[in-house]
Amino acid sequence: MQLYINGETRRVDQVSNVADLIAMLSLTGRRIAVEVNESIVPRTRHATTTLNEGDRVEIVHAIGGG
Amino acid sequence: MSIDSRWDTPLHIAGRTFTSRLLVGTGKYRDLEETGAAVAASGAEIVTVAVRRSNIGQNPDEPNLLDVISPERYTILPNTAGCYNARDAVRTCQLARELLDGHNLVKLEVLGNDHTLYPNVMETLSAARTLVEDGFDVMVYTSDDPIVAAELESIGCCAVMPLGSLIGSGHGLLNPHALSLIIDNARVPVLVDAGIGTPSDAAMAMELGCDGVLVNSAIAHARQPILMASAMKKAVEAGREARLAERMGRKTYAASPSSPTEGLITG
Repeated sequence: MQLYINGETRRVDQVSNVADLIAMLSLTGRRIAVEVNESIVPRTRHATTTLNEGDRVEIVHAIGGG
Repeated sequence: MSIDSRWDTPLHIAGRTFTSRLLVGTGKYRDLEETGAAVAASGAEIVTVAVRRSNIGQNPDEPNLLDVISPERYTILPNTAGCYNARDAVRTCQLARELLDGHNLVKLEVLGNDHTLYPNVMETLSAARTLVEDGFDVMVYTSDDPIVAAELESIGCCAVMPLGSLIGSGHGLLNPHALSLIIDNARVPVLVDAGIGTPSDAAMAMELGCDGVLVNSAIAHARQPILMASAMKKAVEAGREARLAERMGRKTYAASPSSPTEGLITG
């Protein structure tokens, strides 16, 4: 399946939901927030939110800023 | 050390109570260790962070800012820096709320262009309306226009944060009269955000009657950030105490010596 993750095209295999994707990216347990097609996916729904071909995923975290 | 409770009351923002009136940012530091040490030295309780895309596939074990500036110890204030329209700013706030487990206090800033980082007040007003409607507590970066500040307050923003001068410029308070107009009319806290270059600027803002000051570059870009963080803390306290103490009046001609004029050995 092809996804657009943080603005970049990426092919992923064996990923069916947001939790799978986070695990594949080694981000499980990290302080992140996820948006799919411009809708927030709450942490509690990562495992039940299915990803589909062409979905636009944003994964963000906190960095230094003023 | 904080100001004696005989004289001052805590800072109240959106139902939260703070002893420190210095807010600090976490940008531009050499590393996270320096960030943590400077924030600790500043005594700040409210600390701003930015929200950015995670680096996918790069250093998953990289230390995270929120491990150093923990949400358990500090009130994290996510900003919308880098947003140039209301839509992006609202989206960033929604991501921040998810990132921080439902925490709804945000610093809204919508910029006009990248060479001045001057606020775009039209987009800021639009984003503020949407965010307040969506249940956010909005601290809002704005220009020093008192009419805009009053409008942001009437929309429901919980704090108004006019610039002293351009973000990162270190020019201090270029229009203290405009800031006074905002302070005199506001019923929500007014904090100077942007432009503070040195502790005397922060003290001046507090003497003018600001409820607080937000500083980032002036600490992070000092040669010794941790020492400057400590200096800023003292300046904000000194300025606040001076405001509460109410300064002497200015005299143009009637100079009055501090030492007695009687008993002089001359004459």
